[in-house]
Amino acid sequence: MDDADRPTLAVWKFASCDGCQLTLLDCEDELLPLAGRVSISHFLEMSSAEGTGSRGAAGLQGAGPYDLSLVEGSITTDEDARRIRHIRGISRRLVTIGACATAGGVQALRNFADVTEFRAAVYARPEYIATLDTSTPVSAHVPVDFELRGCPIDRRQLIEVITAYLAGRKPGVPAHSVCYECKIRGTTCVTVAHGTPCLGPVTHAGCGAICPTYKRGCYGCFGPVADPNLESMIRQLGRDGMSERDVVRVFRTFNAAAPEYGPVAEIAEGLGTEEPR
Amino acid sequence: MTARSGAPGPAAEGGVIGTDGLTALVDVLLARGFTVVGPTVRDGAIVLDELASADQLPYGWGVELEAGSYRLRERSDRAAFANAAGPQSWKSYLHPARVRQWRADRSAGQLVVGSDEPAPHRFAFLGVRPCDLRAIAVQDRVLVGGRHRDPVYEGRRTGAFLVSVECTEPGGTCFCVSMGTGPAAGPGYDLVLTEVTEAADSSDHRFWIRSGSPEGAEVLAELPLRPADPQTVSAAREGVSSAAGRMGRSMPAVDLHRLMAGTLDAPRWNEVAERCLTCGNCTMVCPTCFCTTTEDVTDLTGDHAERWRVWDSCFDLDHSYLHGGPVRSSAPSRYRQWLTHKLGTWWDQFGSSGCVGCGRCIVWCPVAIDITEEAAALNDWAGLRASADEVDGP
Repeated sequence: MDDADRPTLAVWKFASCDGCQLTLLDCEDELLPLAGRVSISHFLEMSSAEGTGSRGAAGLQGAGPYDLSLVEGSITTDEDARRIRHIRGISRRLVTIGACATAGGVQALRNFADVTEFRAAVYARPEYIATLDTSTPVSAHVPVDFELRGCPIDRRQLIEVITAYLAGRKPGVPAHSVCYECKIRGTTCVTVAHGTPCLGPVTHAGCGAICPTYKRGCYGCFGPVADPNLESMIRQLGRDGMSERDVVRVFRTFNAAAPEYGPVAEIAEGLGTEEPR
Repeated sequence: MTARSGAPGPAAEGGVIGTDGLTALVDVLLARGFTVVGPTVRDGAIVLDELASADQLPYGWGVELEAGSYRLRERSDRAAFANAAGPQSWKSYLHPARVRQWRADRSAGQLVVGSDEPAPHRFAFLGVRPCDLRAIAVQDRVLVGGRHRDPVYEGRRTGAFLVSVECTEPGGTCFCVSMGTGPAAGPGYDLVLTEVTEAADSSDHRFWIRSGSPEGAEVLAELPLRPADPQTVSAAREGVSSAAGRMGRSMPAVDLHRLMAGTLDAPRWNEVAERCLTCGNCTMVCPTCFCTTTEDVTDLTGDHAERWRVWDSCFDLDHSYLHGGPVRSSAPSRYRQWLTHKLGTWWDQFGSSGCVGCGRCIVWCPVAIDITEEAAALNDWAGLRASADEVDGP
């Protein structure tokens, strides 16, 4: 396929650890076919070449336009908020990848605390740090065509999303619980058979149920299912030995700011406050 | 000729094998080219897996079952089958979770659509409980008993050799008696075993074995068989009838089809939905649930496409998704869909109940929702409403 015929792909980074965009480089067997199918036009993790060959006034933002933009990271500064609007403007399709971009990431713990205090505790010269009070998902700022969950995202799902956009079809990324993946794999339920607390029933599928397969409870790195019953889940976590503090902590990780998790602290209130067993 | 004392009476049906006979049974089935699948201990549970030898059977293991709880327990004897339903059912083999239905390749402007030749599957299932024997019959009706036959199921089911094992140790969540499916084996097996472990002394560990088909009789003839002595037969029968009295649960003895149809507006649906996680576990462990969805996949070149059939659940929002949104978006509506289909409209559709009383949905529900408790609550509510109607009069 001629270079000019190939759809253009851009990969963007906001507040994040880079793990999700590295997932693209981790697609070893699929990377060459992918490069044959799309023109990877902007991907700083892979190449310092800018945009469609133009540094231009846009600088690190690339010139565009791009057929598909993959966006990693959350919005934590005014500059981020401006940049994501620009990227939306130069992208035909915009897909957010990973817990930071889809839910605000672990850095959204600031949403529950005072950022000024964090800043003073962490930085020698806090006055140099310009940051927003909150870390928010990309979808809080611009319309998003598809959100791919996970911390980090799953390689197969990333390829599926890119392939689906190339073919003009809906990505085959089910929004049901991790329990489906355990059952389809034949993994014995760790909650029922071992009494292990597990977030699987309220957690979005996609990882292939890695943790339960290694006899650990799911800790929710793919974020909430479409309609989680948190009250019932939290009561069950209490029966499986988790205290109020443990419950709040297990939900306040990579997807802490997912709106579905909003009532967690209130629901968990009054669960056993003893130390975890 | 008069029978002398001590001489055997009229020979009982079948024969008796020891644990060496069980070993021989697996070997004979393997030698006949079967893939032998049976229970074995893995990950703190008695799961189903391919067996290379009868040594892999869960000798000496039992289970303690409650709503939302499954615990493996060491037994005081060496029984192989004194354990109730585990996390999987035979549908994992007959109606697999993922199957490729067809693929299409494009090259030089030509589109070639092909389907996989169904791989020759000859399963021998060892340890099919009477409830699961009925569950297989229920899926037979659904998947190959109507106008549209499922070739995947048919290819795996035809030629499958079923070794049933009657229940002598029901679990706390079992209710086959009230569903009329156990603990004695109904029809459909090739061979049926009843385990006898009267004493801790394992030398006495034996099985009363009978055949239910010509192929079963052929296999039986290859086993080191002793005549079926009256002591073994009566101990076996006693084991099964005693199991019938030790069911952990029971369904209300009413017309469940009518009960479901008459309680669609019961407040109980909202109450159970407060607990229900809509996680789908109950449907996936259910040995009769058969719903699937399709996934279309393409590769990066766009020249290769495949359609896969994957287990689905009525608890998934996508299951009832029509243009614009899911028809059953609320949790009460999805739980009600499951229960009313399982116990009620299954009769209209397939002429039987969709529930066989295995208790898996009770055990593997993470929040311990109990199908028998829900049916009983609906029955109580229906009773109260009927008596209120009587008092109020027309």
